[in-house]
Amino acid sequence: MNVEELIYFIEEEFDEIQKGSLHPTSSIRNMDGWSSMHALILIALVDNHYDILLTGEELKHINTIQDLLETIVKRKS
Amino acid sequence: MAKISIDNVTIDAIYSCVPSGKIKTSSYSLFSESEAILFEKTTGISERRVAKDHTTSSDLCFYAASNLLSDLSINLQEIEALIFVSQSPDYFLPSTSVTLQERLGLDKNCMAFDINLGCSGYVYGLSVISSLINSGLKRALLLAGDKSTISTSFNDKSTYPLFGDAGSATLLSFNKDAETMYFDLHSDGSGKDAIIIEYGHSRYPYNRYIDEEKEYEEGIKRSRNHLALDGMKVFNFALKEVAKSIEECLMYAKIEKEQVNYFILHQANMLINESVRKKLRQTEEKFPLSIHKYGNTSSASIPLTITVCLQNQIKERQLNLLLSGFGVGLSWANVFIKIGPIKAKCIEYD
Repeated sequence: MNVEELIYFIEEEFDEIQKGSLHPTSSIRNMDGWSSMHALILIALVDNHYDILLTGEELKHINTIQDLLETIVKRKS
Repeated sequence: MAKISIDNVTIDAIYSCVPSGKIKTSSYSLFSESEAILFEKTTGISERRVAKDHTTSSDLCFYAASNLLSDLSINLQEIEALIFVSQSPDYFLPSTSVTLQERLGLDKNCMAFDINLGCSGYVYGLSVISSLINSGLKRALLLAGDKSTISTSFNDKSTYPLFGDAGSATLLSFNKDAETMYFDLHSDGSGKDAIIIEYGHSRYPYNRYIDEEKEYEEGIKRSRNHLALDGMKVFNFALKEVAKSIEECLMYAKIEKEQVNYFILHQANMLINESVRKKLRQTEEKFPLSIHKYGNTSSASIPLTITVCLQNQIKERQLNLLLSGFGVGLSWANVFIKIGPIKAKCIEYD
């Protein structure tokens, strides 16, 4: 598990994100048109690839992709 | 552990009934074009059926049942129980099931009662009616349906475009050669606020609690007389519990996933069903979807999916099915069941 892999999964999943445009410090929620639907897609993505079920509350505190990875790692440990 | 096995009961036919009125997701005026596209991609809903003002869920169930009884030339005297599963009954009282007993011309010796459950209701209803038949009844009708569109606010993007209306009728009978059904049933009232219509019944009576619409967040404007849905909570619940409970049910039935021909899940949201499918490591073909054209049809979603997606196969042969209902309550239920060959049909009602 690493940040490049997570970025790859996110760029594959979201049609709205141009491939190669995301970085560890990119803010997911600042994406154009970010909505609750995107949050559900992200929860499903993390659940599918990492077997971690993020709550809505956890997601509120996640801003960047690095934050997301750290949350996944913390939950895995 | 509410795990029960029931013998001596077969399903003879499944009919569903949907209103002819169609509404496309792309026509919802509160969605921008990109929102409509994302909504369709995530939920799978491109259109849904909406009943006219004067049509109720019991009307849709009535038409499904009357067509079924007529097509199969059933002797009405043989129907000894009628259960109506719905969260949109005709009246506060009496029970809608009793009015349906009279409308369908069933005998006064037919027992009739309602079950107040939504998305899990069809499987719960099957467990109750099958237990009654196994206890000595000859034949029984399970009617499951909802007119959910009556309870959503047009100004609430999180509910209005999700729901469709539908009714269903399932005829069951005593058969000593029937294959065993294996049920697995759950409930968790701590999640009651995840899907709720707060006002209108005894805790907040309709005559004292009438609410104005207010904006809870951008795009979510409703009153407490309307359906409120916490999509994130429901999504988390479904991802946490559904696949796990399906595996428990199959283990109880001593059935491998590969032996199941189709997993018929409640049609709440395609993303949920896809996530469950991936957890169970099964192919897309084994998870038929009706949500694209009918939306979330609550208690009718499982029989509707069988009648629109499997009607040709189930007419020809017996299918090993895993039915899974989950949602409002929170409540969830699974059954492993062998059905067929039987007549399954979806009819339209104007």
